[in-house]
Amino acid sequence: MSAYYEFFSQALEMVVALAAAPLLTGWVNQCRSWLQNKTAPSLFQPHRMLHKLFTKEAVIAETASPLFRLEPYIIFGCMTLACGIIPTLSTSLPLSPAADAIALVGLLALGRVFLALAAMDIGTAFGTLGARREMFVAFLAEPALLMVLFSVSLITRSTSLTAIVYDLTHRPLAIYPSLAFAGIAFTMVLLAENARIPVDNPATHLELTMIHEAMILEHSGRNLALMEWSASLKLYAYLCLGITIFFPWGIPDTGHPFGLILALPILAAKLAVGGILIALIETASAKLRIFRVPEFLAMAFLLAVVGMLVHFLLGA
Amino acid sequence: MPMQILNLFAALMLLLTFAMLGQRKIMTLIQLFVLHGLMVVASAILIAYQTHNHHLYYSAALTFAVKVVVIPLILRKLLLSLSVKREVDPLVNVPTTMLIGIVLVIIAFNLAIPVAALSSSIASGTLGIALACIFLSFMMMLVRSNAVPQVIGFLSMENGLFFAATAVTDGMPLLVELGVALAVVGGTLVVGLFMFQMREHFDDLNVRNLEQHKEE
Repeated sequence: MSAYYEFFSQALEMVVALAAAPLLTGWVNQCRSWLQNKTAPSLFQPHRMLHKLFTKEAVIAETASPLFRLEPYIIFGCMTLACGIIPTLSTSLPLSPAADAIALVGLLALGRVFLALAAMDIGTAFGTLGARREMFVAFLAEPALLMVLFSVSLITRSTSLTAIVYDLTHRPLAIYPSLAFAGIAFTMVLLAENARIPVDNPATHLELTMIHEAMILEHSGRNLALMEWSASLKLYAYLCLGITIFFPWGIPDTGHPFGLILALPILAAKLAVGGILIALIETASAKLRIFRVPEFLAMAFLLAVVGMLVHFLLGA
Repeated sequence: MPMQILNLFAALMLLLTFAMLGQRKIMTLIQLFVLHGLMVVASAILIAYQTHNHHLYYSAALTFAVKVVVIPLILRKLLLSLSVKREVDPLVNVPTTMLIGIVLVIIAFNLAIPVAALSSSIASGTLGIALACIFLSFMMMLVRSNAVPQVIGFLSMENGLFFAATAVTDGMPLLVELGVALAVVGGTLVVGLFMFQMREHFDDLNVRNLEQHKEE
């Protein structure tokens, strides 16, 4: 019974992730449009685009190597697995012992390496430029993300995400100043890693300022669809990671089927609030010059480290 | 729980100090300074409530009036009337400043642990944060060439001192008096430093000279 339940919750979680990730992207875009006094596109616009792209023929450059053909599948796999590891609907997940928080960062890095390699593979200037910038941003963001996860692990004494959720939801409510630092650092990393506004503009048409869009310029058809889907999944994964670490209340841990049913609307509400916050930040801030990005991410790293130090000083 | 709220205030204060350290825009710097002052006031009120020390209420009120209302107003008015450059780069680039900041925080925390062990007050754990705020504010004064961030650095250092005083000793009457005196001194020094800086560089208080000076 328990094994079936675990398998079911894992499957449900991944299906929900695959279906909800484009919705989340649509929701963020919708909120952004509202905040900017524009007519908002439909919530299902990303779904429609995926549908359109999947029915189109994929055109691949003559110079493309097998790496380029394989890359969308690898990245899509990485992001789906990442969504499966992060406990969003249940903490009894068969996949969760496979990877803890540090391995999750590694998984995201693996996807990024392939993304950058494939962007360079074609040999166009923009792809290479995008790949270099992506690695430039990523090598600064990754230590900050690890530090955030470490400060949470210090509190809960575990790096396993399910154990973190279990521990946080089963202890008396307390204020953790270190988590306040970690939360701000995490938000900054989330914006940087998901090509959001202070670092990169997801809606840009100006090639010289692009990071993520420049890397996927050469993709078309189903390859592009998978890349877009992976980008949505990545945003979903990051937001879920934030929920898991900072607002885990509502994630059930018992083998009770009722918990799963209740967890779904709670997750949806949390994601909706998270999406609004992202849209607010994006609307309120201006895009940074590329050489100001190290400052932004140095700040994130510093906040995460100070969060850890505060934990040692205050014991909370 | 009050202890945890106090820790949260202390942590937010450290956060704001870091934000001020990395902030280029002077107007935002003043807003951050207002928040910084509010944190100090809130924690003073909290300690006063916890320890039933009525002197602390007065000093909190005075800090609020001086640091949150009057001084930011003066600075803002000065900035608006002087029409100086609104965005100034620190002398050391921001990532380096941040890394030095981490080192300062580590030093401050290590310095505070033995001292805090001796103190029996409810908020001794926050001494390290107060000390870190003082160090960081001091560094802000060092790495800024503009007068206004320097003044704000000085004032936030004073905030840190006041916070340390209330955190470690629950605000003894003597220290309360000292805090009041320091606050008044802070108020006069704001204007004094400002005038002094300008006159030292230009021999008069003409605001146009300040812009020329920025181009150096």
